[in-house]
Amino acid sequence: MEQSVPTRNKLGDKLADFLPKLVLSPSLAIVLIFVYGFIFFTFYLSFTDSRILPSFGLVGFENYDKLFRLRAWSIAVDNLFIFGGLYIVICCALGLMLAILLDQKIRSEGFIRTIYLYPMALSFIVTGTAWKWFLDPGIGLEAVVQSWGWTSFEFNWIKDRNMAIYTIVIAAVWQTSGFVMAMFLAGLRGIDNEVLKAAQIDGASNWALYRRIVIPQLRPAFMSAFVVLAHMAIKSYDLVIALTNGGPGRATELPATFMYSYTFTRNQMGIGAASATLMLMTIAAIIVPYLWSELREKK
Amino acid sequence: MALASTDTVIRTGRTSRFIIYTVLIVFCIYYLLPLYVMLVNSLKPLDEIRGGGMLSLPQEWTLAPWGSAWSTAQIGVEATGLRPYFLNSLLMVVPAVAISTMLGALNGYVLTKWRFRGDTIIFGLMLFGCFIPFQMVLIPMARMLGLMGLAGTVPGLIFVHLVYGIGFSTLYFRNYYAQFPDELVRAAMIDGAGFFRIFQRIMLPSSGPIAVVCIIWQFTNIWNDFLFGASFADFDSQPMTVALNNLVSSSTGVKEYNVHFAGAIMAALPTLLVYVVAGRFFVRGLMAGSVKG
Repeated sequence: MEQSVPTRNKLGDKLADFLPKLVLSPSLAIVLIFVYGFIFFTFYLSFTDSRILPSFGLVGFENYDKLFRLRAWSIAVDNLFIFGGLYIVICCALGLMLAILLDQKIRSEGFIRTIYLYPMALSFIVTGTAWKWFLDPGIGLEAVVQSWGWTSFEFNWIKDRNMAIYTIVIAAVWQTSGFVMAMFLAGLRGIDNEVLKAAQIDGASNWALYRRIVIPQLRPAFMSAFVVLAHMAIKSYDLVIALTNGGPGRATELPATFMYSYTFTRNQMGIGAASATLMLMTIAAIIVPYLWSELREKK
Repeated sequence: MALASTDTVIRTGRTSRFIIYTVLIVFCIYYLLPLYVMLVNSLKPLDEIRGGGMLSLPQEWTLAPWGSAWSTAQIGVEATGLRPYFLNSLLMVVPAVAISTMLGALNGYVLTKWRFRGDTIIFGLMLFGCFIPFQMVLIPMARMLGLMGLAGTVPGLIFVHLVYGIGFSTLYFRNYYAQFPDELVRAAMIDGAGFFRIFQRIMLPSSGPIAVVCIIWQFTNIWNDFLFGASFADFDSQPMTVALNNLVSSSTGVKEYNVHFAGAIMAALPTLLVYVVAGRFFVRGLMAGSVKG
């Protein structure tokens, strides 16, 4: 990498060379304290007997031990796997399909794209509110279909302990799948057409072109989509609060809602800190290799 | 953005084109349905919703739910409507966006045009800060705001959003300035221009597009935030998202769905407006924030 600062000989240049670092330093200090210092603080708390307030008596791995025995935590983790897995797979499948369809020289493509992507501009609280009442059996879809004459129609997932987690998937997919579509579309537009033309001359079908040539080349887009969706799934909090508030019972509790309720309403700060630490470690395992490769490529 | 570069060479026949258009239109309906539901139900009396008419147009059009959501609906214990919380969100979002964008511009400038040993590591540290689960900082931040005397206030929320917004704004400006020719900066240095002069005269005038991207991103994120608002705001300083959730999930009294929908649209309106007016920049921000780490 070349040095942008040329050598200079004037007096006071020492100060001038120091200036850029001085300008950067407040931001760096903020990040070091409020991101890394705080991470360390919470990590430390996860080994203490903190309850309603932070306390510094070390208890070793007791909080983690308790956490793994808590049924509420194992429900939250199971839910995260169900929710996250379906969310990522459906968003990618839907996003890829819509991107491929939109890539067929569609008239008013820009307009359709705008419609597919607008949910991304909304707050999850708004999305949650809209879907909460739309999925509510008393007034929403079930009631509407019944009022059309199909009186035995039932759709009460949001009130059903076994199915409620899938309503979170429905709303989350609605919000983000358009964004995944845009990522794949950008990938599709970057593909070199020469190979495709050659394969077409050889008589390959459209299906074969996509399966053999186009989709394999979308690997980077799949990677980005996976990283973005996985980290959104782990952080999911607002949507659950607005849509089901973790219920019915604990049926839609996720790690993020678990952490909040154990820390701030159940006064089990040590356990809350332990759960936050596990969330951070999971995200770091996904994000760090990704950022590492992205930053290295740039050099 | 890259979306308009090359068209596909894949050819499709008449029937398949018909199917493609049908599928695309079906999905348009799918994405628009919740917006339609919110809109029509915010304009009809409550009993029309209860009778299984959620998908029908209002028989009797009324603006009463909007008035109620704005100024008289019960939020928590007080019947203030959403108006004070809308103002809170505005008061919070404007300074937080302005300051984090300015800091991001300066950081991006330093990290690309005044490089030094270890600058990539510093950038990496800032970047990772964008992706951490904020649950990890809630407990110490609550204490810190208390120590700073900002607990439960709008300035406290501004501070929190500023702190966790720096990473993304730095990312945007860094990637943008990296494309900016070093030669221009070097020529200015040889002419004797200093650090701030170069920034002001050379970098800033060409930063328009990325500033728009950054402002839109920060605005959308901060306006839509719920976690920080729910954790650090007092009753008086709650942002719009938290107030909306209180309105919708309050368990007392009759559930006024039409008022809830009107409130939801109010909470969505500022970001939707930005999206409609400057969607191109919004998408650019989304892609830059994800495709390129």
